[in-house]
Amino acid sequence: MDETKHTRKKAEANKSKKLMLEIKDLRKSFGDNHVLNGFNLELFEGENIVIMGKSGSGKSVMIKCLVGLMAPDSGTIKIMDRNLLGLDQRALDELRSEIGFLFQGSALYDSMTVKENLEFPLRRHKHKFGDLTDTTPLVQEALDSVGLVHALNLMPSELSGGMKRRVALARTLILKPKIILYDEPTSGLDPITSKEIIELMRSIQNKYNTSSLIITHDVDCARVVSERMILLIDGINYAEGTFDELKTSNDKKVKAFFK
Amino acid sequence: MYCQWHNFKDVLSIMIRTIQIKSFFVEIGELTYFAHRFFKELFSKPFEFKELLRQCYNIGNKSLLLVGVTGFIIGLVITLQTRPTLEEFGAESWMPSMVSISIIREIGPVIIALTFAGRIASGIGAELGSMRVTEQIDAMEVSGTNPFKYLVVTRVLAATLMLPILVILGDTIALYGSYLIENTKGDVSFQLYFNKVFNVLAFGDIIPATIKTFFFGFAIGLVGCFKGYYCKKGTVGVGLAANSAVVSSSMLLFVIDFIAVFVTDIFFEI
Ligand SMILES: Nc1ncnc2c1ncn2[C@@H]1O[C@H](COP(=O)(O)OP(=O)(O)OP(=O)(O)O)[C@@H](O)[C@H]1O
Ligand SMILES: [Mg+2]
Repeated sequence: MDETKHTRKKAEANKSKKLMLEIKDLRKSFGDNHVLNGFNLELFEGENIVIMGKSGSGKSVMIKCLVGLMAPDSGTIKIMDRNLLGLDQRALDELRSEIGFLFQGSALYDSMTVKENLEFPLRRHKHKFGDLTDTTPLVQEALDSVGLVHALNLMPSELSGGMKRRVALARTLILKPKIILYDEPTSGLDPITSKEIIELMRSIQNKYNTSSLIITHDVDCARVVSERMILLIDGINYAEGTFDELKTSNDKKVKAFFK
Repeated sequence: MYCQWHNFKDVLSIMIRTIQIKSFFVEIGELTYFAHRFFKELFSKPFEFKELLRQCYNIGNKSLLLVGVTGFIIGLVITLQTRPTLEEFGAESWMPSMVSISIIREIGPVIIALTFAGRIASGIGAELGSMRVTEQIDAMEVSGTNPFKYLVVTRVLAATLMLPILVILGDTIALYGSYLIENTKGDVSFQLYFNKVFNVLAFGDIIPATIKTFFFGFAIGLVGCFKGYYCKKGTVGVGLAANSAVVSSSMLLFVIDFIAVFVTDIFFEI
């Protein structure tokens, strides 16, 4: 098939690039609810992959396995040549400082100000920046890259949904991660704000040269951001390819996403 | 044959009834494991000292007024209720001793702990519950801070340390309230009243009563955190966590109180 040829070509081109993240045969069930049934994924340096799937198809479960928030039943997860599932707590925390995670609902600490929210990840990872005494420049820089410097001393309850998402994004950026995992970065936002967030994601990608895994329902977001797309259906990577390849696919289940 | 079937049915119905009892024991088991984890993480580095102080301030500050008012009213009410009976026997001069013993030994700690449970256990349950539901606890974990240490250990420890202080304060205010009644009704002077109080109070009254308030505080903090930390998803879960935190910790208080009185009875021979 044409599609697979193209992907293979792309895979060969990727061979020269560094493999940042590799998932093999990931499985996870909750009782009789088999959510992931052998999911595979490879993410190369500087690449953007969009993962689409129906609500409840296990996207959040998959992404939570990647940072050790959930333990898969079986399968392997390799992040920057380290096997995630075999790490002890200390090594896991260290690895986590290389991974940014944007939560589906922003997950800002609502008893803390924006500044304290941003400083929180620095509590345990200051050593990453040498002998750091004043965290303010880092906070400023992160807020600056999402355009919210003026919100420094506000509480999360005083922010709009879009601002919260941007602050959450700044919080994941503050440790300068190499990989960013976005769990529905535009969910619950209006189309204009969604566009802003998408633009932000692209500019961050250019500025920090991160690799990203983006989970989304938003076809517009997928079209703009993705270099490669994966459709998560029935717990496996059902279809894979560029946006245009998948859009012109004849498979019924694939077509349903682009209506 | 018939008899066996009958037995079987009995056993079955008992089994169905014990399912609830079973979930009760499962919960006790989980709570015990939670406590075990608390002690394990309590003594392992890094210590969240700053957060502990903040929680102590928060918890103490939140319940100060409540404990003060409760203590004052306990003092007034007990004195007003007891006075007529003692008057009948012409034993009003026993009032300070009687009231102080009942307040210090039992009524003060238990009632103040109950109000504390209502205020603090529900607060912790709701706070941690909503943090769980909105994935803030997950976010902490991902950013390298152990949420159990940062959220649970500090809160349980703060509740354990603050309740004894609050009870001592509440007891003192209760005694003062009692003195006010005695002063107006029986013309007893401040000095005479508190002389009598301190004459009758022994170590055997104060020490066990204070020790048990540490356990009360621990139970309240632990149950509040337990309910919140394992909160079910959804806003219903948060309400449930807050609610069951109060109910369970109040129940636990009485159990601990019973055990404490039992043990005190053996060691101090009341
Ligand atoms: N902690 C859990 N315990 C039991 N079942 C769970 C748990 N977390 C997720 N599930 C189940 O796993 C399935 C996938 O959930 P998940 O949150 O990954 O969906 P999703 O693809 O992210 O959906 P959405 O687009 O709505 O966010 C659901 O059926 C859900 O009920
Ligand atoms: Mg999800």
